[in-house]
Amino acid sequence: MTRALQRSRSRLDPEAVPRRDWLGLTALWAAAGALLFGIIGMLRLPKAAVLASPSKRFRVALPETLAPGTPFVPPGRAVALFRDAQGGYGLSTVCTHLGCVVKPSADGFECPCHGSRFAADGTVRKGPAPRPLPWLKVSVSGGVWTIDEGTTVPQGTRVRA
Amino acid sequence: MTGGVVEKDALKEFVRNLKAAPRRFVESALRTGAPVTDRARSRFVFGNVFLHVHSVRTHRWSLRWSTTLGLGILSVSAFLIALVTGVMLMFYYKPYPEAAYQSIKDIHYVVPTGRLIRNLHRWAANVMVVAVILHMARTFYTAAYRRPREYNWLIGIGLLVVTLGLSFTGYLLPWDQLAYWAITIGANIAQSPREVTDALGITEHFDPGGLLRLLLLGSDQVGAEALIRFYLLHVMLLPLVLAALMAVHFWRIRKDGGLVRPADAERRLARAGVEDSYPVFTEAPLKTYHLAAIVRGRTPAVGRGPENTVPSMPHLFYAELAVLMVTLFICLALSLVSNAPLKELANPNLPENPAKAPWYFLGVQEMVSFSAFMGGVGIPAIVLLGLALIPYLDRETEGTGEWCGGPGGRRLVGFAAAFGLSTAVLIEAVAIRFGWLREWFPHIPQLVITLVNPGTLLTLLYALFSLWAVRRYDSLRAGSLALFTCFLCGFLVLTVIGTYFRGPNWVFYWSPADWPGH
Repeated sequence: MTRALQRSRSRLDPEAVPRRDWLGLTALWAAAGALLFGIIGMLRLPKAAVLASPSKRFRVALPETLAPGTPFVPPGRAVALFRDAQGGYGLSTVCTHLGCVVKPSADGFECPCHGSRFAADGTVRKGPAPRPLPWLKVSVSGGVWTIDEGTTVPQGTRVRA
Repeated sequence: MTGGVVEKDALKEFVRNLKAAPRRFVESALRTGAPVTDRARSRFVFGNVFLHVHSVRTHRWSLRWSTTLGLGILSVSAFLIALVTGVMLMFYYKPYPEAAYQSIKDIHYVVPTGRLIRNLHRWAANVMVVAVILHMARTFYTAAYRRPREYNWLIGIGLLVVTLGLSFTGYLLPWDQLAYWAITIGANIAQSPREVTDALGITEHFDPGGLLRLLLLGSDQVGAEALIRFYLLHVMLLPLVLAALMAVHFWRIRKDGGLVRPADAERRLARAGVEDSYPVFTEAPLKTYHLAAIVRGRTPAVGRGPENTVPSMPHLFYAELAVLMVTLFICLALSLVSNAPLKELANPNLPENPAKAPWYFLGVQEMVSFSAFMGGVGIPAIVLLGLALIPYLDRETEGTGEWCGGPGGRRLVGFAAAFGLSTAVLIEAVAIRFGWLREWFPHIPQLVITLVNPGTLLTLLYALFSLWAVRRYDSLRAGSLALFTCFLCGFLVLTVIGTYFRGPNWVFYWSPADWPGH
């Protein structure tokens, strides 16, 4: 019908958009837009706003007899704590490759999953790990260590212990 | 008095109807009567909601054993077995840490037939993965992806990905050591784009890896949130996606003109003497029926000669039923021989050593042991992209429907297999014997290792080899044959090494007997 209508006009006349078509198209696009925005809004749902994980900070007392350069691994935690003449520090023992927990070895750490090896200061010696083991924020007061697994500090940062 | 007569008749009728009820029930359910004539057979197919995805008649070529090896139906059958057994497992499974482990333990040791159902579920999943990969190889080697089947090839790739996703998500659910550490590794592979963003120093602003991991786990560690998400994916989202894709996949088989066959299929069938023998289940038709319609555009039926077909009922359906029974037999036999594993309860502080993913991911895990990003994300993405492009690059027609059809043919495939196997073994041997870049140059930048590792080198070599094949045979089909064969062989070598020759700390051992005790 529209085509017949157009043909009867001069081509110089402005092309009229039939009112019903315009309303219909507007309604269609409005519905599509509303659905799209609704879906985009709902897509935010799976991204958790609050992480339901236990606290990253914990306290522990090191054994008095810990030899310098020997790691102390608090039970149930993926960190290694050291104490030497220059002070104390802590390393995360979560492998930077794919998240396995590395084991202390004679000269550092080794990962059971893909064979990454780290020096005692966390530097990558071998294997696929892309980054050194991060040093964690540690504070010591009255012989009790507070370790924050969520905060990293530059390699070599020690505290008086 | 008349009332008494009526009562007598009604009683008789009651008895008569009662006797006839079973027969009438069958009639009302089937509507079409016994499928003994070609017409009734046709109605049997298109009058049935479950069967009418099939065409009424099937080409003889499609029924040949060597056309498909039944691999598509094998995949569907394995899926059906996994579906039924999976629903049965849901009676007892509880998706919460520890409770999950205990419920699997109950299913395995206490629930009547629980162990068999669980074994069946596990083996059906494994059979499905193998069948889907082989089905893809069959489709590739018979050049069945070509026009007009390009789109269905893409749907097939989607089905492969969803199948692997279903297997992977199911792997976490027992919440044992094996599950926990495989998922930890898997989630960190999802995060591995950080390997690149970290090296470029832009992770703070642009962190797709971290977002992906967060979406997958719902937390920053593998815990209750991760378990419920994997459960949701495993029992609801992925099966729905799979069902939708399967529906399109089957529909397109028909719309694209049935199974692929060579241009001279009729002549070959005639040569084999099949034409003379009439189908075993059918007497010669006295009348034939034809459904005609005028459709715009090209349909697969245009330009086709007389059809060399037989009724789908019973020829095709009996063949499909046979494949289903074979699948059931395979799964049942494997379930009776081998139990699904269940290790100790998940312990987030003590990785399983070695922590191995399901076998079909061990090729990826082997590549990941050099670079997490390239092995786990980069190369798989390249492979999927390459697979998706094949039907749009190869627009040739020579050899469609024939095994290893096209320029080069079997000789090229054999050569490509030799090349693919030997280069993969060689590069792995070098990496295992002499180590890789970081052992030689301790201060090498991470980006160099990400770009240059056994996985990327193999990919590059395979690409070069396939370019050579394109030039040598002056055909993109030859290039595809070379590339696909090489990648299949590479996948095989890496999977075998990851499965049988990697022990604690991912160190190479000739046999698990040599593993150090721990």
